[in-house]
Amino acid sequence: MLLIECPNCGPRDETEFHYGGQAHVAYPEDPYALTDKEWAEYLFYRDNTRGLYAERWSHSLGCRKWFNAVRDTVTYEITTVYPMGQPCPVDLRTGERIRTAADSGSDAEAGGGSGGSSNSADTTIESEVGR
Amino acid sequence: MADMLPEHPDFLWRNPDPKPSYEAIIVGGGGHGLATAYYLAKNHGMTNIAILEKGWLAGGNMARNTTIIRSNYLWDESAAIYEHSLKLWEQLPEELEYDFLFSQRGVLNLAHTLQDVRESRRRVNANVLNGVDAEWLDPQQVKEVCPIINIGDDIRYPVMGGTYQPRAGIAKHDHVAWAFARKCDEMGVDIIQNCEVTDLITIAGKVIGVETNRGRIATERVGLAVAGDSAGLAEKAGVRLPIQTHPLQALVSELFEPVHPTVVMSNHVHVYVSQAHKGELVMGAGVDAYNGFGQRGGFHVIEEQLSAAVELFPIFSRAHLLRTWGGNVDVTLDASPIVSTTEVEGLFVNCGWGTGGFKGTPGAGFSFAHTVANGTPHELNAPFALERFETGHLIDEHGAAAVAH
Repeated sequence: MLLIECPNCGPRDETEFHYGGQAHVAYPEDPYALTDKEWAEYLFYRDNTRGLYAERWSHSLGCRKWFNAVRDTVTYEITTVYPMGQPCPVDLRTGERIRTAADSGSDAEAGGGSGGSSNSADTTIESEVGR
Repeated sequence: MADMLPEHPDFLWRNPDPKPSYEAIIVGGGGHGLATAYYLAKNHGMTNIAILEKGWLAGGNMARNTTIIRSNYLWDESAAIYEHSLKLWEQLPEELEYDFLFSQRGVLNLAHTLQDVRESRRRVNANVLNGVDAEWLDPQQVKEVCPIINIGDDIRYPVMGGTYQPRAGIAKHDHVAWAFARKCDEMGVDIIQNCEVTDLITIAGKVIGVETNRGRIATERVGLAVAGDSAGLAEKAGVRLPIQTHPLQALVSELFEPVHPTVVMSNHVHVYVSQAHKGELVMGAGVDAYNGFGQRGGFHVIEEQLSAAVELFPIFSRAHLLRTWGGNVDVTLDASPIVSTTEVEGLFVNCGWGTGGFKGTPGAGFSFAHTVANGTPHELNAPFALERFETGHLIDEHGAAAVAH
């Protein structure tokens, strides 16, 4: 069983969580403009990476909030946890951290902060993408 | 000491070096790859072909499945391909001249809620209309088929009945692979183990060969039958597949006298159980939730299915778990397989069989061989083309397939 670091509640058993699949799949900006192929892509096609994978989890039996994690799909090790709405802080090919201007503040947040309320709108959008 | 060892029995297949080129290459030496090569040679006269296997023959999911064979699927498209597969299973022991212990001991799919009962009855009716043997059994009749089931109302989800397919059963998976391998070899197919395909070579949207750890091999037709590795491999040719790879676990108990005469599956409490010929109770359930290529999963998944099994079969409470293991299964979002051409000419995919590929082995091989040989789908696998994700003609077997995939 995985031990997953909820950004709000701390480390908890995997059985308290719900898996949400690939992270950062945005709802189409103009759904009416999509071709059937593009719709299929949005609905059914996800990366199936062997290695580092950015994915969504919900602490459904705890704070019930969604968050993102970077996990290795071979070793299952979770290396990074970060809030919804934030770009992936890790280069998934190399595993190296991507330094951005906003990075210093969000580091502390991911380490046990409240997760922040500023990203709640993004959370709603991303969590609509069910499996 | 060496003098005292008996002579090695005859090998069932050669271990040839790869030739510079083949008429067709099947990637993956599991059940589906072997069956595809077999039908390519037998039905389509293509014997200058090779199976490339990165490990050893039938060492992937073919070695890890729970060997259940059945065809009681809800939708017409599924019933057609799985029933065809079952009919092939029924003739294969004779055809392959190999008794791989195909035992048609039936499968019970239990219903535990009113909704289960409705869906089960609907599925029985659909099955009968499609020529699949199926009947609805009340709890007492379930007990007659499988006396060790607890049909009392003292459990959380009492058995409210079940569907029964008498022609379903189990087979010895290793022997199935070896039976196919021997016949393939006899017909001239090269089975090449420890040969990993590292790249698919294309020119102008057309396959011209594969790169392997044993050098480049030229071919104009490549059929992928690599389950959990399908998406990664197809991507080498720029083809994206709607596949998510998940860990799926199974387990066996220690050996027991025969106590379990059939196959029992329960979607609602989620466990499936049969007893192998040797005597182990063989069990499985659903996938682990997350994407994974680690060939292992969480122990809580094992605990959940064991608790379900013990409630249904009280006599299992003293049985010891002997071994658990996991494999990587290729799951699609409609829980139905993909047996299809692709946008790359000469590249064909057979994948997405998820947690239920073993039963489909001959049916997949039969229809996929047709597709590889002719470049077009057989009527059995036409509905299982990649296009369905664009047209919306999904074959949604989630739950409808008698058990969640």
